[in-house]
Amino acid sequence: MATRAPDNVAAIPPAPPVRSSPGTNRRHLVHRLDVKGSPYAYVAPFFLLFCAFGLFPLAYTAWVSLHEWTLLSDVHTFVGLDNFRTLLADDYFWNATFNTVSIGVFSTAPQLLLAIWLAHLLNRPLKAQTIFRVTLLLPNVTSVVAVVVIFSQLFGRDYGLINWVLSWFGAGAVDWNAGTATSHAAISVMIMWRWTGYNTLIFLAAMQAVPRELYEAATIDGASGFTQLRKITVPMIRPTIVFVVITSTIGAMQILAEPLLFGTYSLTGGPDRQYQTLALFIYENFTKLDFGYASAVSWMMFVFIVIVAAINYLLTRRTRGSLT
Amino acid sequence: MGKLRAGVVTPLLAVAVLAASVAACGGGGSDATNAGASSGAAQPAEKIKLTVALFSDFHFAPIYEEFKKTHPNVEIVERRAQFNDHHKNLTTQLATGAGAADVEAVEAGYIAQFTPLADKFYDLNEYGLTKRQGDYLDWKWKQGLSPDGSKLLGLGTDVGGLAMCYRTDLFKKAGLPTDRAEVSQLWPTWEQYMEAGKKFVAAKVDGAKWFDGPGENFRAMVDQAPVGFYDQQNNLVAGTNPDVKKAFDLNAAMVQADESAKLAAFSPPWNTGLTKGSFATIICPAWKLGSIKDAAPTTSGKWDVAAVPGGGGGNQGGTHLMAPKQGKHPKEAAELIDLLTSKDNQLKLFTEAGALPSIPALYDDPTITGFKNPFFSDAPTGKIFTDAAKALKPQYVGPKAGDVLTTFGNALQRIEQGKQSPDEAWAQALKDLERIK
Repeated sequence: MATRAPDNVAAIPPAPPVRSSPGTNRRHLVHRLDVKGSPYAYVAPFFLLFCAFGLFPLAYTAWVSLHEWTLLSDVHTFVGLDNFRTLLADDYFWNATFNTVSIGVFSTAPQLLLAIWLAHLLNRPLKAQTIFRVTLLLPNVTSVVAVVVIFSQLFGRDYGLINWVLSWFGAGAVDWNAGTATSHAAISVMIMWRWTGYNTLIFLAAMQAVPRELYEAATIDGASGFTQLRKITVPMIRPTIVFVVITSTIGAMQILAEPLLFGTYSLTGGPDRQYQTLALFIYENFTKLDFGYASAVSWMMFVFIVIVAAINYLLTRRTRGSLT
Repeated sequence: MGKLRAGVVTPLLAVAVLAASVAACGGGGSDATNAGASSGAAQPAEKIKLTVALFSDFHFAPIYEEFKKTHPNVEIVERRAQFNDHHKNLTTQLATGAGAADVEAVEAGYIAQFTPLADKFYDLNEYGLTKRQGDYLDWKWKQGLSPDGSKLLGLGTDVGGLAMCYRTDLFKKAGLPTDRAEVSQLWPTWEQYMEAGKKFVAAKVDGAKWFDGPGENFRAMVDQAPVGFYDQQNNLVAGTNPDVKKAFDLNAAMVQADESAKLAAFSPPWNTGLTKGSFATIICPAWKLGSIKDAAPTTSGKWDVAAVPGGGGGNQGGTHLMAPKQGKHPKEAAELIDLLTSKDNQLKLFTEAGALPSIPALYDDPTITGFKNPFFSDAPTGKIFTDAAKALKPQYVGPKAGDVLTTFGNALQRIEQGKQSPDEAWAQALKDLERIK
C-alpha cells in the first residue's frame, strides 16, 4: 500500500484534462459498480450456499418424488403423482401426521406459557441475573442424545424414577413407551426441557424493551403482578410471541431425534407406530432406500409447514393491525 | 483507488475461495484415490490406514496388534455403529460410492442383501484367499460368495449355534431343577418350554418373568425350520410358511400366558433387566454369551447354559468380513481379513468372546471342547456349542430377512403391549410385509 500510494498521487496531477476523460469514466464505472454491485457480492456467499444446500435439494427432491426411485437401482421410472396418490391413502402417513401434531401441541403450548411466566419472574431486578440466564440456556446446549437417553431412563417402565415417584401415590407402573398418550407426553417433556429456557430468554429480551413507566403506573393503580403480566407485558411483546410460536411450530413439525432415540432406534416409532412422527416416517422410508416415496413424504411435510406458516402469517398481520 | 478496489475485491475473493474450496472437496476424493492406489503398490513402506467397521465389540483389538507386527506401516482404526444402522449405512455408502470402511462386517441376516452387489466388493480370490476354502463350513463359505459362485466377497468369522441360557438362582426359587442336564430335559420342544414357563410364572419369583421378549425366541424358532422367510429363489414366503405361523402363534401364546418380561433385546431396559434378573431364560446363540457378560458383569455365576428347545439345529447370526471396492488398500484389507478369520484367532475369539468358530476342524480341538465358561457357572459351552454347530442345518437367508424379522417383532410387541389380539397382529404383519420390496 505504502509504495503504491505515491504512484497514484504522481500519476494523477500531470494528466491533461482531455486525456484523463476515459480514465475518469472508467473510474466512474468502477465506482458505480462498487456501489451497486458489491452489496450483492457481499450477500452472494449465503445465496450460493442456499442454492446448493437449500433450493437445489428442494427442487431435486420434487423431481425424485415423481419417480419410482430406489437407491440400489440405476433405473428410475417416471410415475407422475403416483407416489402422492399412494401417500394420501397410506394410514401410516396420517398416523405420523397425527402424532406430529399431537406432540407439537403437547410440547409447544405448555412450553410457551411456562416460558412467558419464567421470563416474567426474571424480568425484575435480581441478584446474580447472569447465573439465572445461563442456567436457563444450559438444557439447550446439552446434546439431544444425552437428553433423550437420560429421560428414557427416567421414563423407564420397571426401574424409572418417574414411575418410582408415582408409586408413592399408589399408582401402578406406567409403560410410557407403549401408550400413545403416554409416549407423546414423555417426548413432549424432553422437548420442553430443551427449549423452554431458550424461549424464556427471547421473551425476557422482549420484556426488557417494555417501558418501565407502564408498570409503575399500573402498580400505582393497584394492579397485581399477574394482571400486569396479562394486561401490559403480553400485549406489548405480542410480535415476539408470534415469532416464537412460528419458530416453535416449525421446530415441532420436524421432530426426529427424540422419538427415534426414545424407541432405541425403532424406525417405526414403537411397535404400533404410536410415536412415529413425520420426520421419522420419512427417515424410515429413506432407510428402506425407497427414495421416490420418501421424497413425496418430504414434500408433503414441506407443504404442511408452508400451510402452518401461512396461518401464522395471517395471524401476525391481524395482530399488527390491532396494535396500530 | 486501492481502497476502492478492495471494496469489490473482498467479496469476490470470498466467493472465489468458497467456490475453490467446494471444488476441492469434490475433486479431492478422486485425486486421493488415484494417489493411494498407485503409490500403495509402489512403496510398501508407505503409511496406510485401514478402517474396520463393526456393529459391536468383536474383541479384535489384540489381533490388530498382531497384524501390526507384520505390517508396521499399517494403522488400524475401528469404528462401531448400532446393528441396524451399521448395515443401512453400508448400503448407502455402497450406493453413493463413498464412506465405506476398508473392512466391513456383515451379519448373516444381511449377507444375502450384499452378495448380489458383487461389483461393489473386492473379489478376495484375487488376493489368494481361495486357499481358505478347506477350512470352512461349506454353507458358511458359500454365504460369502457372489450369487453365481465365481467371486469370494466375504470370509466368515463366527456362526451362531443355539443354546438356552438360564438363571440358576431364579430356577431354584421357583422349584425348578438347576442342573443343566435336567433343565435340558425340561424342554425338548418349544411347547414344553412354554409349559415350564407357566410353572415358573405361577411360582411368582421376585417379579421375574420366563424370558426377555418374544422377538428373539421367534427368530430362533424360525431359524430352526428348514425354510425361513425366503425360499431359494428369493421369494418372500414368510406369510405362507407354516413354520413361521407356528412360531408366531406359539410366541403369542407365551406372551398371553404372561411369560414375557416385555424387554426389547439390546435396549437399555433390557440391560438393566439382565442385571436385575427380570427374566429366567434367554435364547443364547454362541455370541450372546459375550453380550450378556458385557451387559451384566455383576451376574457372574448366576447363569448356566442348557440345550435349546426344538432339538438343536438353527443358526442365529454369525458374521462375514467383506472389503468394499471403495477401499484403497485391497491387498492389506484382504490380509487383515485373512488374519481376523484365521484358525488360531477364531479359537482365541471363542475363549475370549464366545464367538463360535466357522472352521469345523476346531470343533474337535480340545481347547474348545474342553472349554468351560466361568461366567456361566463353568458350563461346558465349548461342548454345548460345538455339538449345536455339528447338528446345524443351514437355512437360506433372503435379502430383506432383517426387515421381515422387525415386522414380526413389532407384531409380537403389539400383542405384548395389549394393543392387538394375536390375529390382528398377524394380519397387520402380513400387510406390512407387502411394503417390503
